[in-house]
Amino acid sequence: MGCEPLIDPHTIATLNSAFAGLKTSEFRGEARVIVPRELIYPVLTALRDKLAFDFLSDITCVDYLNYRGAEDRFGLVYLLASTGTNERLNLRVFLNEPDLSVRSAVPLWEGANWMEREVWDMFGIRFEGHPDLRRILLPDEFTAFPLRKDYPLQGRGERHNFPVLHRATS
Amino acid sequence: MAVDLPENVVVSKLDSLANWCRKNSLWPMPFATACCGIELMATGASRHDLARFGAEVFRFSPRQCDLMIVAGRVVMKMLPVLQRIWQQMPEPKWCISMGACASTGGVFDTYCVVQGIDRFLPVDMYVPGCPPRPEQLIQSIIDLQDQIQQGGTLSGREFQTRARQQPKRALIELPIVSVPHATSRPPQGTMLRS
Repeated sequence: MGCEPLIDPHTIATLNSAFAGLKTSEFRGEARVIVPRELIYPVLTALRDKLAFDFLSDITCVDYLNYRGAEDRFGLVYLLASTGTNERLNLRVFLNEPDLSVRSAVPLWEGANWMEREVWDMFGIRFEGHPDLRRILLPDEFTAFPLRKDYPLQGRGERHNFPVLHRATS
Repeated sequence: MAVDLPENVVVSKLDSLANWCRKNSLWPMPFATACCGIELMATGASRHDLARFGAEVFRFSPRQCDLMIVAGRVVMKMLPVLQRIWQQMPEPKWCISMGACASTGGVFDTYCVVQGIDRFLPVDMYVPGCPPRPEQLIQSIIDLQDQIQQGGTLSGREFQTRARQQPKRALIELPIVSVPHATSRPPQGTMLRS
């Protein structure tokens, strides 16, 4: 176990022949494909329909602000799995301000709905075509995106913006 | 003035009688949000047996309770719920802040965790610990019973004093740590080793 490849080389080759501009790398058997933003929806469609990646494991995001050697601000991460061939694939889309939007994957996987809502909630990345892009964890009136690295850990006073009850009022 | 009383008659004050009734029938409202809630359940279970102190009737409806036990961290999304539950409880009522998180925020000094429920609610008793042992919670309930017996009144005058109308602590927020903005040069101190 351990270093057993999680990806079939044929999958990467098929992807590279079908789409131009993908950057692929491999580390300890795990494949990572860097996808331009415009291509993410076609790539996801091809992976699902032609290469049997039938399971969207997760969508998440990384903020690379002040990160060593990073050129882009946000890295949107798609983790895909194939229940048929047991492959796993890591897709990454780099995004920069001010244009933080990407096409929603909800038409492909219904399960992307809440994952994209969470990424929107925490990082403020907009998913075009999402049926219901609301905050999922934080209150609706929250205005910031707290997992961005330029948001202070202790917040901007949101946690203490409440009425004080004392005995006369309660 | 000598009054002849039969041997089975005790003379007391009405306040004292009310306090005696109240302190021995505290009905807790378990507001358990974290690991303190597990200790709260252990306190009510057979080994520690809160029933020995007349407070075993946990009710999940605030309208039937007179002691709110806040066990665990309270996030800013939960605080309006907590305040509403507190307002739904009938007087006289008391509040125990159980554990480090409910009392001060504990280790969770983040944007979403309220740094002590006593900033927004009147708290009568604090239990330190992370989480506190059931014995500590039982001790706090005994202390609260003593407090009710000594200071309580039938009409609830003790809740109307000036000191009780004040929030317990000044709302002093720690200064916000400034974070370098995206356009500025990254400071060397936060760089990883190259």
